[in-house]
Amino acid sequence: MSANLSSILFLITGILFILALRGLSSPETSRTGNYFGITGMVLAIVVSILSVDIFFTNLIYFLIALSIGGVIGGIIAFKIPMTAMPQLIAGFHSLVGMAAVLVAVSAYYNPESFGLGAFQAIKTASIIEMGIGVSIGAITFTGSIIAFLKLQGLMSGSPITFPGQHYLNALLGALIIFLIGYLISNQSTQIFWTLIMASFLIGFLIIIPIGGADMPVVISMLNSYSGWAAAGIGFTLENIALIITGALVGSSGAILSYIMCKAMNRSFLNVILGGFGTDSSSTNIKEKKDQKPVKSGNAEDAAFLMKNASSVVIVPGYGMAVAQAQHALREMVDRLKKNDVKVSYAIHPVAGRMPGHMNVLLAEANVPYDEVFELDDINNDFSNTDVAYVIGANDVTNPVAKTDPKSPIFGMPVLDVEKCKSVLFVKRGMSPGYAGVDNELFYRDNTLMLFADAKKMTEDIIKNLN
Amino acid sequence: MEIDPFVFRLSIFILSIFIGYFVVWSVTPSLHTPLMSVTNAISSVIIVGAIIASFSSLDGSGISVSNILGFIAITLAAINIFGGFLVTQRMLQMYKKKKKKDK
Repeated sequence: MSANLSSILFLITGILFILALRGLSSPETSRTGNYFGITGMVLAIVVSILSVDIFFTNLIYFLIALSIGGVIGGIIAFKIPMTAMPQLIAGFHSLVGMAAVLVAVSAYYNPESFGLGAFQAIKTASIIEMGIGVSIGAITFTGSIIAFLKLQGLMSGSPITFPGQHYLNALLGALIIFLIGYLISNQSTQIFWTLIMASFLIGFLIIIPIGGADMPVVISMLNSYSGWAAAGIGFTLENIALIITGALVGSSGAILSYIMCKAMNRSFLNVILGGFGTDSSSTNIKEKKDQKPVKSGNAEDAAFLMKNASSVVIVPGYGMAVAQAQHALREMVDRLKKNDVKVSYAIHPVAGRMPGHMNVLLAEANVPYDEVFELDDINNDFSNTDVAYVIGANDVTNPVAKTDPKSPIFGMPVLDVEKCKSVLFVKRGMSPGYAGVDNELFYRDNTLMLFADAKKMTEDIIKNLN
Repeated sequence: MEIDPFVFRLSIFILSIFIGYFVVWSVTPSLHTPLMSVTNAISSVIIVGAIIASFSSLDGSGISVSNILGFIAITLAAINIFGGFLVTQRMLQMYKKKKKKDK
């Protein structure tokens, strides 16, 4: 296949991928969009096979590799519970990062077959592109591995910090930039591998200080990195499909990171520097406030309140995902609807551990997506709502974010649940949320605390609704 | 003076960033998780690099490091391609509209 023809076909791949993302503008068009994406991928693979001179035996190697990956990927895709989606995505990002590293290393040792020059005499532009690609790929790999371990609970979600951490990172960052530049004049294997190792190390170091609930930002960021890594390799291989895709994925991840940061009212830098939620000052506040009285109730009280309400808003959070309470919740809502209670769901952008996490869980439990509302669309309705049922969410409802400039979460957009006539708070204990801030809402007169596991409490309420 | 092909690629890259920017802002927030899984799947188009690597100089002169790395890279990318698209499809099947009341 001629290089011109394959370039045009790769461009078509890029367009199909754009259409795949475009489809996600609404759930109705999204499934068609996904088929565009699959078509684009098949096209890219076929074109690249046809552009390499291959023999039949080699095709078998390719098919073996493809089937191994396909079977593993297929099994994972069908087996994975929706609650585990964040760690799955993190895991997948690490694979993209690793693939980028492997392709770059392969191109480094065998530049002839990629048309990049000779071993250790690679064209200047190509070696820079390769250096950037391999470095971002390596950062994506180790960063995603750490994110995966934290999300999977194999590693503590609390931030790991040590003195001089930021200096070490800055030093490593400078070293990486220097090494990429140094590759121009010296393409020795030592320099190349030092670059890779330094990138692996910094990927690890930038993710460990970031706390568990900042994961929505981290995953989006790594999403973005995996895109830039692909684009870097795309430049090295002079491949249009990779360049377009890398740019799309890179900007997509960047936008998601921005949305997540904004939803927490924190700067991107602030998240990256990490260590959030460990302030000793906020712990003191908690101890002081623990003396205040709270009203606690049981499932019977909650069922009574909701049965007699005319409108209920459900506010789910990560706790719902942990307790796997989404199906019980849907059942409870069905019962309420039978009693002519109007029910809707309010989702904060950072509820859960990745962007859109709650929406997927509710969709899994067969909640129609037109009953689920985003923060901006529902926040004005709380004052006309009788009962807010807060299940597994905490910080995103804390009115302190609006009133106390000293609070670490001040300025974060929150759901105005306190405006409801009454608030039901399902929670296992009085512990503060991830931000380490005590929730003032617990002590309000119109709040009823339901101390229990989210799923168990919801099931008990269902029993009492009969 | 001739324009370096790099400039063309850079132009494509920059314009694609803008396309990505506008397309992604129009994605509805409730589909942000499928967005992440599908972007993850399409970034595995890096498999084209892996294919070149695994087939490079495989002309009977023995298996090189590149071939082995390429083979592993194809496997990793394939996990992502199949896993990414299938899990996206699985999620998107779940997004349903409210059923009519008369049932």
